[in-house]
Formats: sequence, structure tokens, C-alpha cells
Amino acid sequence: MLVLQTLLLGPAHGHTIAHAIERGSEDVLQIEHGSLYPALHRLEARGWIASFWGTSENNRKAKYYRLTPAGRKHLIAQTTRWEQVVRAIGRILKPVSE
Amino acid sequence: MSWSRFLHRARSDRERRDEIESYVQIETDANIARGMPPEEARNAARRKFGNPTLIREEIYRMNTVGLLDTLSRNIRYSVRTLRHSPTFTSIALLTLGIGIGANTAVFSVVNSVLLKPLAYPKSEELVALHQTAPGAPGLTDIADGLRLSASMYFTYAEQNRTFQALGIWNPNSAAVTGLNEPEQVQALYVSDGALQSLAVPPLLGRWLDQNDQRLDTPETVMLGYGYWQQRFGGDRSVIGRGITVDSRPREIVGVMPQGFQFVNAGAELILPFRFDRSKLSLPGFGFRGVARLRPGVTIAQANADLRRILPIWMSSWPYRFDPKNYETWKITPALRPLKQEVTGNVGDVLWVVMATVGTVMLIVCANVANLLLVRAVGRQQELAVRAALGAGWGRIVRELLLESLLLGLIGGVFGLGLAYATLRFLVTLGPATLPRLTEISIDAPALGFNLLVSLLAGLLFGLIPALKYSGPKHSLTLRGGGRTSSQSRDRQRTRNVLVVAQVALALVLLVAAGLMIRTHQALRTVDPGFTHPEQLQTMRIVIPPSLVAETERVARMQNELVDTLTAIPGVTSVGFANTIPMEGIGSDWDAIRVEGQMYARNEIPPLRLFKYVSPVFFQTLGTRLIAGRAFTWTDLYDRRPVLMVSASLARELWGTELNAVGKRINSIGPPWREVIGVVQDIYENGVHEPAPATVYWPSLGERVNVARLATFVIRSDSAGTENFLNQVRQSVWSVNSNLPVAELRTMQDIYNQSMARTSFTLVMLAIAGSMALVLGIIGIYGVLSYAVSQRKREIGIRLALGAQPGELKRMFVRHGLVLVSIGLTIGLVAAAGLTRLMSSLLFGIKPLDPLTYAAGALLLGLAAVLASYLPARRASSVDPVEALKAE
Repeated sequence: MLVLQTLLLGPAHGHTIAHAIERGSEDVLQIEHGSLYPALHRLEARGWIASFWGTSENNRKAKYYRLTPAGRKHLIAQTTRWEQVVRAIGRILKPVSE
Repeated sequence: MSWSRFLHRARSDRERRDEIESYVQIETDANIARGMPPEEARNAARRKFGNPTLIREEIYRMNTVGLLDTLSRNIRYSVRTLRHSPTFTSIALLTLGIGIGANTAVFSVVNSVLLKPLAYPKSEELVALHQTAPGAPGLTDIADGLRLSASMYFTYAEQNRTFQALGIWNPNSAAVTGLNEPEQVQALYVSDGALQSLAVPPLLGRWLDQNDQRLDTPETVMLGYGYWQQRFGGDRSVIGRGITVDSRPREIVGVMPQGFQFVNAGAELILPFRFDRSKLSLPGFGFRGVARLRPGVTIAQANADLRRILPIWMSSWPYRFDPKNYETWKITPALRPLKQEVTGNVGDVLWVVMATVGTVMLIVCANVANLLLVRAVGRQQELAVRAALGAGWGRIVRELLLESLLLGLIGGVFGLGLAYATLRFLVTLGPATLPRLTEISIDAPALGFNLLVSLLAGLLFGLIPALKYSGPKHSLTLRGGGRTSSQSRDRQRTRNVLVVAQVALALVLLVAAGLMIRTHQALRTVDPGFTHPEQLQTMRIVIPPSLVAETERVARMQNELVDTLTAIPGVTSVGFANTIPMEGIGSDWDAIRVEGQMYARNEIPPLRLFKYVSPVFFQTLGTRLIAGRAFTWTDLYDRRPVLMVSASLARELWGTELNAVGKRINSIGPPWREVIGVVQDIYENGVHEPAPATVYWPSLGERVNVARLATFVIRSDSAGTENFLNQVRQSVWSVNSNLPVAELRTMQDIYNQSMARTSFTLVMLAIAGSMALVLGIIGIYGVLSYAVSQRKREIGIRLALGAQPGELKRMFVRHGLVLVSIGLTIGLVAAAGLTRLMSSLLFGIKPLDPLTYAAGALLLGLAAVLASYLPARRASSVDPVEALKAE
């Protein structure tokens, strides 16, 4: 989901995505960047993202990923659901904090 | 998981590698930009990424099916190991290919001939109108059951409640003139209901029906597909055109489609029987019947229906004898499925051959299993290492099994090629005795059978070594025990059992082949009633009434033909008869009354086979005249009341051959005819069936009018050569240019044809037997020479301690002989049980013929001694120093 969210802004290659996630989570999610690739592969297999070969900012050959319409729809659905869950948990936790 | 991803997983993996590389480069660039030295930058990038191989493997696994992937890896491994030992692989594949090929070929024949339904719509409803008449004297000796009479056909067809259609038919030949050279072609006579029963729609026009068999309609004919193509070039406007058959104009009303066969007869022309119903009487039992049952009716119900109709038949037609006679004949309908009629007794042969090649296959499997065992011993070290490195023993079994299955399958492919070639050869060879020959092909069931045999064989010979050598206990082998100790008894036992089985099976096949050889010999020693058949040229000439009406002129023309043919240089004599021995057609019989015997009023005397023969016929054939004299042309032209009889008939009626001369008989009513000569018995139905008692009428006489259908027999050293045949044709046409010459064959061909069943079985069993023998010997040789090589060290020690080489040799030969003796004993018992199954194929010999058994065992025993002697000699020539140094 994080990957999809990242791609919402536009096509990116693996390196960009990895760094984007690292930064976006304010370095909370420290992962080996390699483990991103199986996830990318899985998403591509499900048809939520598509890939193409392109050239990176500093002229390196790189594989770019972009969000497919199906992926966009899935992301929205998932985001909505996530927010619902978060709200629900929030409501449950609130009385305790009072 | 999708197939495209599975199939493209290698490409996808390459792409992934590039992608990872690109990550590393970009990260390196970024690190350099931050001021790291290049080397360090790259290492940092790698660290950040993690383990690339692990990640690639994770993705790879996502893309694949575990089982399939393992399988393909295993197959590649098996192919590689098989390629590593080309000798083993090629020997195994060769034997397997031959074994599976033979099985596939024979199964194709069995399937096409015996198992597949006939090529008619709903063929399971079709029956042959077979009936028996156990009470008819003389008849059952001559013919297989009682055929139908024309009156019987009409009654059956009109009164039955169980048939959709019912008809009669007979194969024959007819002369066609006016199209080309006059020619005699295969013709089929049918009644209404015959084509309707088979229900194969005509390609053009219509079937022959009841209008065609009335006398007051124009004469008609149908064409077979082949004849239509050959003589009319497949012209579709042929319907309605005329053709001259047997010198009478006929209108073509239909063409049958390609591949149409009438029961077991091909038909170039199909002609209608034409009956004058007012002149029919009860007898005249000369027609074959075919019928189609109504849906759901069983053969038993149909038999009952015909039994009900028989009394109606007896009371509704004119008769010469009291119809009560036919009650004492006990005519009993005994319908047979039409398929049985078509395949006849070839089933016995084919099943025996199938069993034979099946046995060969078992021997092949035993042999390959033995080879695999040897190999497995050699690979024990390898397997042990792999097991020690963590290969589960299930996995090793799987790989060993896969390897043998692969062998089986490749062998199966070879076998398929071999079977295809064999069948092509068989079909072009075209043994005429094999029914449904044109239908034989490798079809889906045959392919399935091929696959099944290949897999089963692979499983069979693969399981033995796989189970034997993959058990966990064998990890001990790592210590290299195989090198220092002699082989364990346990391991040798499997191989011994295999050899014993091979020897036993080989003996069964050898005995079966031996019995066929003895049968063939027994048949050869029977004097068939003619001599030097290779010098006898036969040919059929029919003189139809439309060509020569008057009977005496027919005889004169035949006499002229005989004279002209005799004038050909090299021809010693010429004669003719209405049928010649072993042709299997035209068996006519007649009720014969003997002078001086008492017959009850209206009793039908015993039926006898009769033939019309010309003067010089017996002399030409080489049939010995035992008593009296032969016919002369004067006998014929004077129409003297004379006849000849066969020796068996003479003995039956008058005690001895000599007594018969001068005695008189008649065929239902005057005049009495005098027996002027007695000839030796002729085996009319082939030497394997008893020679029938026969009456020979002169080809022209008072009783017989004249034999218009004549098969000429010409004795000449050049019989069968093309040059000679041309001379014969020219001679015939110099007498009359409208005479077609048909069925030019030599008597040898006809004789061989009558032996074809035996010869075919003999050849097949001989091939199988020799293959079994060779494989068995290879098996013994293999086991012993392997034992010798394994025990080289032990032999060395024995020799060093003073053992005599001769003693050592005997030790190994004894080992071989023990195996062979056990195998032979089991084989003898098995053969005694199994050869009973082929007793219907034997002649003049019992299935338990001691000589054949002894000879088979002796042959195999001697071969085995030889096979064990060679490795034994090698054992005794071992140099003790060398053998011990090898440690």
C-alpha cells in the first residue's frame, strides 16, 4: 500500500520508491531495500502496477513502475478501509485516555 | 500463478537481475555524490540492498510450480546421466525399442482385426445366418454347418419377427467384356436384404433390392469403388449406363463407397441373384446368409424365431424328398455375430502371437532391470554421497525411477517407429488370410497401448533397482566397503532371480516355437494329393451360355483349349476341374446312393462332396491312380455313365480301393453309373483338415451337362513366369478372343496360402523364440561376468593360496548352471501349462511333445553353458599379483 501510495505521484523506479518510503515513514521503517522487489513483483503480478524500462535522472538504465487504473482503485479502496479501521481503533482507545 | 509467467520465468529472472544491478548503480552514484570513494560507495549500496540472490530466488519461487520445476530438473539430470553411459543407454533402448515395437505392432493388428467393431453402422446388430445340421449324413464332414437354400431365404425373410433385414450372398466371379480386354473380375451375388443389412449407403445411385432379383425386370449391377475408378475413371454419370457381364447387358444402378467390403469379400461388381420362385424347392443349400437384428433382440431370441419358422418352410415348398428328412437332419439355427464370421479362426493365432510378444517384453524388462542393477552398483558411491549430503531417499528413488521411465518412454518412441514400419510392411505384404487387412493402422488405442507399455515397462524394471539401492542402510557404502569385501549374497540374489525368470520365459517361447516347427514338419509330410506344386500353373476360364450355348460345344472348346495349351513348349500335360484343391470355394455336395444298399422310402442318402474333372486332370496334378483307369475324351463325348471316386470313399463303401472298380452308384435316381477308377485322397481344405470322401464326375456327361466354370491346371517347368503367362493368354485367345483369363496362380501359391496360418505363427514364434534365446544368454553372461569382475580379488587370493584354475572355472560354470537348471525347471512346468492354449494351432503333435521340450531345454542349456564358460575362463586367467596389487 505504501508502494502504491508512492506511485500515486507518478512513475518511479525501485531506488526512488525505496528511498521515498524510507523518508515518508520518517525512517521508522528501516528495511533492506532489496526486500522491496518481491513486493513490487507481487503487485505487478496482480495487475496493480505496470513496469517499463527507462532512464534514471543520472542516465542509468532503470525499471520504472507506474500505477494502473486497477491499482488506483485498489489503493483508494484500501485507503478508505484503513482510515475506517484507524478511526474505529481511535474511537475505542479514546475513552481510556479520558 | 499463470502459465505465461511460469514459461517465462527465466527471462523474468534475467530482467530482475538487471533491475537489481540498476538499483545498485543508482545508489552507488548517490553515495559517490555524497562524497564516498567509488569502491566504498558500491559496497555500501550492496549492503543497503541486502542479498540479491535470496531476493531473486524468492521472486523465482513465486513464478513457478514446485513439482513441475523439480520434475524438469530431474529429467534434465536423468538425460545427462543416461548420456554419460552411451553403451548402457543404447543397449537398453535397443532392446526396449524392439520389445515395445513388437508389442505395439501386434496390438495394432489385434485391435484392428479382433477388437474394433466392423466398419458398418451399428455393426453389433449384424449376424451371420449360420446353422447346423448334425443329423445330415456326410454333410458335416464336408462343410462348416448348413448354408441356406433360396426357398429358406424367402421363408426366413418373409416370416421372421426379429430381423430388420435379412439376405443371402455368395462371392463369385464374372466376365466383363467390351470395356477392355475381356476380364474375369471378383463379383458378389446378393439378394434383397443383403446390402440392406450391412446398411452402408451407396456412393451413387441405389442398392440392389427385390425388384432386381425378379426375372421380369432388366438386369442390373452395382460397381465397387475400385472398379469404378479403374474402368470408369470415377465418372459420376456412370449410373444408367450399360456394361456387359457374362455376355449379358446390364444397367449400372449404383456405386458402393471406397473401402466397402462385403463381410470378408471384396467386390468389384455386385450382381443380384435372380430367382424364379415357381421353380424353387426345399433344397439347394448353397447360400451364405447375413442379417441385421432388430434393436434389443438377442441372438437367442432370433434363433428361437428361426426355429419357429423352419416347419413353415418345410411345409410350404415343393420337394424331391419327404420334408420329414429335414427333421432328422436336425437343422438348428446358430446365428453368429458377423464379426466372428469375418475374423474366423485368426483370433487363435493373434492371441498366441500377442502372448508371445508379451513374454518377450517381460524378458526385455528383466534384461534392462539387470543392466540397471549393474549400473546401480557402480553408482552406489555416488548415491551414498548424495544421501550423505542430504538428499532424501524418496528423492533418490524418484530420480532412479524417473530415469527408467525416461528410458521406457524413449524406447517407446523407437518402438512406435518400428511398429509403424512393420505394419506398413505387413499391409503391403498383404497375407490374404488375414481379414480386415486394410483396416490395420496405428490408431489412438494403439498409441495408448504403446504409452502404457512404455510406462509399465519403465516402472517394472525401474522399481527393482530403485527399491534395492536407495534404502538408508546403503549410506554405509561411503566407507568404500564394495572395494574390499566380496559381494553380499543379498545383492546377487535379485540378479539371480531375474536370470532364472529370463531362462524360464525363454524356454516357454522356445518350446512354443518348437511345437510350431514340428507342426509345420508334420504338415509338410502329408501327401496333399498332388506333386511338385511349383510346376503347376492354374487359371480360371468360364464359358458362359451366352457365348457358347450348346453343352457339347463347350466341351469341345475346353478340349481345344487343353490341346492348344499342351502345345506350348515345355508343357507336359493339361487338365481342368470345376475347382482345384485347397481353393476353399465351390464345395458342392450331392446325395449319393450305392447300388445294392437298402434305403428307407424317401430317405436322403449321405451327402458327398463332388467335383467335375476333365481327362488328364489327375495325371497333371500328379494324383496317383490307385485302381482302374482315368476318364478319356471318348468317355465324355459318348456321355458314358462313368465316374471316379477318392480312395477314402472307396474304402468306406466297398472295403478296398480295388473292390470299388466296376461298382455302381447314382445320384438320386437313374441311371446307375460305374466306378471306373479310384484316385488317392486329395486334401481339399488344406493338409491340416481331413481329406473329404469325394465323387468325381466327368466334366461332360449325361448327369452333369457340362462344367462351364473350369480351373485349368498346366504342368510346366516355367510355371509362374511372365513369359509363360503371356504364352498361356495368347493360346487361350487363339481359341476364342472373348475368353477372360482369371486367377493365374501356381499351385504352390495355393498350397502356401493354405499353410499361411501355420507359417505366420511359426515365423512369429521363431522370431520371438530367438530373441528370447539371445536375451537370455546375454542375461546369464552379464550376471556371471559381473560376478567375476566383482570377485576378482577373492579369485586372486584363492589362486595365490593354490586353487587350480580349472577348479575356479568349474565354480563359475556351476554357478551359471544352477541358475539355468532352476530356470529350465520352472520353464518346463510353465510351458506345459501355457502351450495348451495353442493346441488349436497344432497338427499331428501334442502340446506336451517330449521331444520338443527336451530339444528346447537342451538348446537353452548348451547356450547357457557357453555363456557361463566365457566369464569363467576370464576368472581363471586372473593374475593373482595384479588382482591383489589393485587394492
